[in-house]
Amino acid sequence: MEILGYTFMQRALWSATLIGALCALIGVYVVLRSMSFIGAGIAHASFGGVALGFILGVNPFFTTVIFCTLTAWAIAFVSDKQKIREDAAVGIFFASTMAFGVLLIGLMRGYNVDLYSYIFGNILAVSRFDLYSSLILGVVVVGLIALFYKEFLLLTFDPEMARVVGLPVRTLNLLMLTLVALTVVLSIKSVGVVLVSALIVTPAASAFLLTDDFKKMMWFSVGIGVGASWLGLFLSTWLNVASGAAIVMTVTLIFFLCFLFSPQRRRMKQRMSRLKQLIKS
Amino acid sequence: MFDQPATIVELQNLFVAYQDKLALEDVTLSIKAGEFWGILGPNGSGKTTMLRAMVGLLPLLSGSVKVFGRPVDRLGDVRQRIGYVPQHSRIDMYFPIQVREAVMLGRCGKIGLARRPDRSDHEAVARALQLVDLEDLANRQIGQLSGGQRQRVLIARALALMPDLLLLDEPTAALDVGASESFYAWLHQMHTKLSSTLVIVSHDVGVVSRYVTAVACLNRRLVAHGLPHEVLNRDTLEGMYGCDAMFFRHGDVPHLVVSREQTDVTRNRKLTDE
Ligand SMILES: Nc1ncnc2c1ncn2[C@@H]1O[C@H](COP(=O)(O)OP(=O)(O)OP(=O)(O)O)[C@@H](O)[C@H]1O
Ligand SMILES: [Mg+2]
Repeated sequence: MEILGYTFMQRALWSATLIGALCALIGVYVVLRSMSFIGAGIAHASFGGVALGFILGVNPFFTTVIFCTLTAWAIAFVSDKQKIREDAAVGIFFASTMAFGVLLIGLMRGYNVDLYSYIFGNILAVSRFDLYSSLILGVVVVGLIALFYKEFLLLTFDPEMARVVGLPVRTLNLLMLTLVALTVVLSIKSVGVVLVSALIVTPAASAFLLTDDFKKMMWFSVGIGVGASWLGLFLSTWLNVASGAAIVMTVTLIFFLCFLFSPQRRRMKQRMSRLKQLIKS
Repeated sequence: MFDQPATIVELQNLFVAYQDKLALEDVTLSIKAGEFWGILGPNGSGKTTMLRAMVGLLPLLSGSVKVFGRPVDRLGDVRQRIGYVPQHSRIDMYFPIQVREAVMLGRCGKIGLARRPDRSDHEAVARALQLVDLEDLANRQIGQLSGGQRQRVLIARALALMPDLLLLDEPTAALDVGASESFYAWLHQMHTKLSSTLVIVSHDVGVVSRYVTAVACLNRRLVAHGLPHEVLNRDTLEGMYGCDAMFFRHGDVPHLVVSREQTDVTRNRKLTDE
């Protein structure tokens, strides 16, 4: 356990806790609203944001926040017109924002960028700045979820009724997408562009199998997310493998354990088929 | 309601279309305070479309819809006086939510943005649950209810607002005879005692005509409207259902009869299958 004495390991643990909790929390909405694909789309868009930061010479964190949020809004705007389905809109932005990133990096010939760590993440390289920005944005995300708890619940449960009772549905939708984008950006440094959507979807999907109660689903999801992040982190240092991958494998293992040993196995089959529909992407 | 205008809902030359297909054509109708309207019509005649237009869920092609004197696209806070029970809710059976919480969400707009429900909200929910006889199931997850019980959740959700205007789209379609009877009895009470304005879509011509004060027959156009006994005659029903149907009474239960088949059907749904 002397490894805990190292600053980088302490930062990694804090980061794992923050990101595990945040991703799992926002994941509850992502799973219940079948937005998994949007999550993945936003994550891949961050690649373009990172590249933009490098070419402009500013901290990629800021460019990525802006780039991902704008991409999320663009997806909402294009599919809001009802002319095109949301998954098609995501598909378009998914590829084009990554292509944009690849183009930018191509323009920076000879420039030595550690892109590998952005694609697969490195939680042991988390800086003090990363940690504080995670903390601040994390508080903002949790605060907004607490503040608009019933609005987000109705929007997720019955969007049509949300319109009938007069909720500002469009604004709330954009807000939720923004929260997903912020969460994704915060997590990239630790788990990378490719793996972040697993950290969002899998804890919530596991929690979905365990309970019938929305609040409990949130708590379970957060518990699973944080637990898996810790476990994955220790496994990665112990086995000396990539942390992001170890965390994602751990959370996937937990999902299958929930799947096999859920207290509600009787109704499991129905729930599983519903879950398949929810995360069909 | 001293501040209630005499006309609660006003449809004027209303046209609604889905893509290029007209669903409502030149409908003009005015619903006054305290009236109890029954909307009749065969499948696909635009009944659901009409109710959805009244709560601003559909873009209007032309014409206007006013509710409580406000244009339907700018209802603002009068929304909190409207209860709407949809015909088919797209809610997810496996959503992790209990009956009580689902009913509370009906008051989401009234409670106010970023506020928490207070005691009066909990009381209103308890009362709504009591009215539809769901108190015992209040803590059940909605997927663990029968179809009729789930429909009662939707009704309770609308009632939780204690609305001045209640729009019901085939609310009794999944209810058993007992639940349906007591529901109509309760609607009748709500209408007479609280002088709420009610609009109900139903295929139960017999039951509807017993309680309502006015009837509108839709078949994309408004075929007929007025007092039940004036409207529900051979000509309008024939015009509406496009077949040789007629309406007669034996005892006090009205029936619809198709002379071609010589069969007595209380639920005219069958008529339209031809
Ligand atoms: N979302 C939609 N897109 C396209 N067409 C639609 C849509 N909803 C309804 N329609 C069409 O509009 C017409 C009116 O539909 P509506 O749902 O209002 O009928 P209804 O009178 O409520 O029928 P029912 O008795 O079956 O409930 C139908 O012809 C239907 O096919
Ligand atoms: Mg209908």
